[in-house]
Amino acid sequence: MPQVEMEKVEPLLEQFEDQRINLIPILQEVQDTYRYLPQEVLKRISRKLRVPLTEVYQVATFYRCFSLVPRGKHVVQVCLGTACHVRGAPRVLDRMLRDLKLAGPGTTPDLQFTVETVRCIGCCGLAPVARVDNANTHPHLTQAKVGGLLKKYQEKAEAPKAAKPDEASHAKA
Amino acid sequence: MPTLTINGIEVQVEKGTTVLEAARFLGIPIPTLCHDDGLVPYGACRLCLVEVSNGRKQTLQASCCLPAEDGLKVLTHSARVERARRLLVEMYVAVCPSSKRIQDMASAMGVRQVRYQAKHETCIQCGLCVRTCEQQMMAGAIGFSGRGLNRSVSRPFDMTSELCRQCGACLYVCPVCESRCQGPQAESTLCNGCLNISTVCFQSYDNAMCFLEPCHACEIGGPFRADVQVKPRSKDFTRIGEK
Amino acid sequence: MLKLKSPYEIKELQLCLEASETARPCISVCDGSGCKASGADNVIKSLRAELDKRGLQGTIDLKSTGCHGFCEKGPVMIVWPEKVFYNGVSLSDAKDIVNSVSNGHKPVERLLYKDPATGERILHEHDVPFYARQQRILFGNNGKLDPKDIRDYIKVGGYSALGKALTDFSPEQVVEAVKRSGLRGRGGAGFPTGVKWEALRNSAVRPRYIVCNADEGDPGAFMDRSLLEGNPHSVIEGIIIGAYALEAKEAYVYVRAEYPLAVEHLTVAIQQAEKAGLLGDNILGSKMSFRIHLVQGAGAFVCGEETALLASIEGRVGEPHPRPPYPVQKGLWGKPTVINNVKTWASVPVIINKGADWYASIGTERSKGTMVFSLVGKINNTGLVEVPMGITLREMIYEIGGGIPKGKKLKAIQIGGPSGGCIPASMIDLPIDYEALTQAGSMMGSGGMVVMDEDTCMVDVARYFMEFLEEESCGKCFPCREGTQQMKGILNRIAQGKGEESDLELLDDAGWMIKETSLCGLGQTAPNPVLSTLRYFRDEYEAHIRDKKCPAKVCRELIVYQIDETICDGCHACVRVCASEAILGEKDKAHEIESAKCIKCGACLEVCQPKAVLVH
Ligand SMILES: Cc1cc2nc3c(=O)[nH]c(=O)nc-3n(C[C@H](O)[C@H](O)[C@H](O)COP(=O)(O)O)c2cc1C
Ligand code: SF4
Ligand code: SF4
Ligand code: SF4
Ligand code: SF4
Ligand code: FES
Ligand code: FES
Ligand code: FES
Repeated sequence: MPQVEMEKVEPLLEQFEDQRINLIPILQEVQDTYRYLPQEVLKRISRKLRVPLTEVYQVATFYRCFSLVPRGKHVVQVCLGTACHVRGAPRVLDRMLRDLKLAGPGTTPDLQFTVETVRCIGCCGLAPVARVDNANTHPHLTQAKVGGLLKKYQEKAEAPKAAKPDEASHAKA
Repeated sequence: MPTLTINGIEVQVEKGTTVLEAARFLGIPIPTLCHDDGLVPYGACRLCLVEVSNGRKQTLQASCCLPAEDGLKVLTHSARVERARRLLVEMYVAVCPSSKRIQDMASAMGVRQVRYQAKHETCIQCGLCVRTCEQQMMAGAIGFSGRGLNRSVSRPFDMTSELCRQCGACLYVCPVCESRCQGPQAESTLCNGCLNISTVCFQSYDNAMCFLEPCHACEIGGPFRADVQVKPRSKDFTRIGEK
Repeated sequence: MLKLKSPYEIKELQLCLEASETARPCISVCDGSGCKASGADNVIKSLRAELDKRGLQGTIDLKSTGCHGFCEKGPVMIVWPEKVFYNGVSLSDAKDIVNSVSNGHKPVERLLYKDPATGERILHEHDVPFYARQQRILFGNNGKLDPKDIRDYIKVGGYSALGKALTDFSPEQVVEAVKRSGLRGRGGAGFPTGVKWEALRNSAVRPRYIVCNADEGDPGAFMDRSLLEGNPHSVIEGIIIGAYALEAKEAYVYVRAEYPLAVEHLTVAIQQAEKAGLLGDNILGSKMSFRIHLVQGAGAFVCGEETALLASIEGRVGEPHPRPPYPVQKGLWGKPTVINNVKTWASVPVIINKGADWYASIGTERSKGTMVFSLVGKINNTGLVEVPMGITLREMIYEIGGGIPKGKKLKAIQIGGPSGGCIPASMIDLPIDYEALTQAGSMMGSGGMVVMDEDTCMVDVARYFMEFLEEESCGKCFPCREGTQQMKGILNRIAQGKGEESDLELLDDAGWMIKETSLCGLGQTAPNPVLSTLRYFRDEYEAHIRDKKCPAKVCRELIVYQIDETICDGCHACVRVCASEAILGEKDKAHEIESAKCIKCGACLEVCQPKAVLVH
């Protein structure tokens, strides 16, 4: 697990009043900042808001938006809502998991992709759909389109790697 | 002070009383798994269901969480309640067959088969331990985590908690910790052994008291209630005391 | 924008805005979630660039609106004042559109909607069959206004109902009007809204809270999203009127996390309403002060249930607690709280403006007004449909929805999401209202309507919902948590061909028990998808159990893929997509599937042009 940058926490917590009603908004901010909810941060929040750690932990494990382990660079949300289901979403999902060599929804070992399932993102008219990084919605998916979709983000993801050729040659030698 | 009717008996209770308490006051037994007098009602096990009519509709409601209100008409053992409880307990046995409390309930309610796949869980998530730890021990060392099929009782991050005083209260209140009788059918999903077959313990202990608290099946079919006639399954079975 | 200081000033502003409206043509492009996904942003960019290039910015207006409800045909747009309706617009069309608007408005033929039945091109939105049968009381304005500009809303008469309520109505009279209109909650259960409000008014405890439920968790439904994205002020206006009637000081709008655009538009709308003096202290010069807070969900279906939603607002896990006490007795922080759905709130201004009797004249005996459905699944026109209550399923499917694609047969209509049930094709003349649907073993729910054709397996659908529910059940109470898992296990077994005759009775028993004993509405309705399919499609279950056959050819364990060598032209397309290298054959010769290797993913079926891949 990567080192947690605790210095980001305090300014983040400053934005909120120390009230229980802010627990979920704070966790959402933390999730956005770190891409997961680090243990130390949760403990800090528990002390600051005076909410028992058991309850913070319960909230953090209850909601789908939160994750206790780091998520990948790109989060692919494959919709498995009813409309998408009847139009073949499970097959699209299976295809994507196979392409990424994942046994089930989760994160690839290189932390590039996290595949998640959601139940409807409100674009049912375009079923089946998937949304990447909470912003780009890809409509009318088929198995054949999955490869292209992943590639589009993969390339972006690998760009910085290519920028360091010396490192790569080092590894070869 | 609200007045309500339970099984046709009118009863007046203090404001704030629950229907469960009112029924117990009348001596009517209602089975529970997640209730404890010292803890805030939780309403999770659903065994304490009673049939309630408020004039228009008749619904099943958990009596432990239901405030006793004026004019309520409550039936604690109607056919609908009994059927619901029996089907519920059938599922309980499937989920947690190792528990004595649950097996006893099953025998008491006449559950004679379990059609679900056994799961062998060790917890039914009644929340008694969590509430005891928080409300009685003031420790808050354990809680629930997850949702739906992933929900469980746990400590934060599954690590030893600094808050736990090892008082053992959580174990004490747990309704399923006590193992069922390890008699002849200990591996089966549904116990009821003593009802259906000639049991080891009857033979070995003869008429003497078994050292365990009598399990319910034993109470119905065993030496304590010789007046109850239970048809033996096998021909050469003879009930102790019948000779 | 200046602060409005009296109800009268709203009217003034409206007249002023109307007068300033020029005869300038306006291209209003839908930029809702759906159309965004289809590339609306780029279309808007290229239109803007085109206008800039020709120096037409001042002559032709460009506006981005919220969802028009016809997302499938997106991106869609309307050109005012002629109201020409274009669909399926792409980047490259910008030039032609601007051309046509600037040169005498000769419509761009190829972008007009084409009626699949007649092949005719249709000019206006309201003549498109999808819209023709609708009565768009709540959604009518979506295509007209920019959701990020409060003035657009005021121009079409927005906030006039608030003005009217403040001047002509006492709080009691507002409640009375809502009661008389017969409005019932649009969030699912259909509880009479006026009665709920009255119950709150009967409580002496203060403060009182208002909550707007925008957690739209029903998969396959998106009307709340669409309304919040397209016309957030109509919801806000309803809530403010409610606050006046209920004497509440604060409201919370709970929006689910999956709707970032709705959150954005609503945030902007609340800010604008505050600036305009419609929220905050001394609203419109009166003594009333009232604020609206926005709360984002964190992803849990059960948080749509009212007690869970309240817990979630308070910063707890969304686990329901038993009712009574109801939220109107003990809600947020133990105080009386009214919770209503987005559409319920948006209906309130309409009732105040047009009158309770007018509203009550729409619909059936016991279900009044219009209902919004999201018509999705195997249907030609998918989208949002607002119709008067009491319309029949036949009208929905065949007139508005345009029938089933590819000439397939209608099999069932799933209404009400995970709480609802499947209604078989034979009951197509059922009028849609709360009671009729409940009687048929389904539920109005939030109005999700998923159409299924002969290729949909009902066992698979039932299993799908159980899988959804075992994840989304909060897990607090035993029957719902364990029952959904057990039922899914049984359905899994049946779908794999390992079911037994007795399983059907077990499903019936388990379903009955879960319904009767669960704590909250989720569990109490969870078995509906299974029970309704068992009721109407028992033969399909029996086929899985007795014959080990999936009649719809969906359940993986019961089907085989084969290539018909008389049809296969050896194009190799299937070989390229098959991930498990199960397809053998040389190019241009008939191929063959090695069934031992085939994982039944169906990819080959998708790509095979001559339709040589067969499923048995
Ligand atoms: C499991 C479950 C999910 C629900 N989801 C929603 C929802 O997404 N949106 C909604 O408005 N109501 C939902 N409801 C209904 C609410 O509990 C509540 O009845 C409703 O918000 C009341 O508003 P209304 O009277 O305007 O319908 C749900 C209920 C249950 C039991
Ligand atoms: S033993 Fe620990 S966890 Fe159990 S009740 Fe005591 S303090 Fe709580
Ligand atoms: S461990 Fe025992 S007391 Fe605690 S929730 Fe489980 S069954 Fe109940
Ligand atoms: S019925 Fe289901 S969702 Fe409702 S409280 Fe029980 S477990 Fe939770
Ligand atoms: S169904 Fe999938 S695995 Fe089977 S042959 Fe076709 S592409 Fe290959
Ligand atoms: S069901 Fe997939 S977007 Fe709604
Ligand atoms: S005792 Fe009432 S629900 Fe458990
Ligand atoms: S998003 Fe454009 S019509 Fe729905």
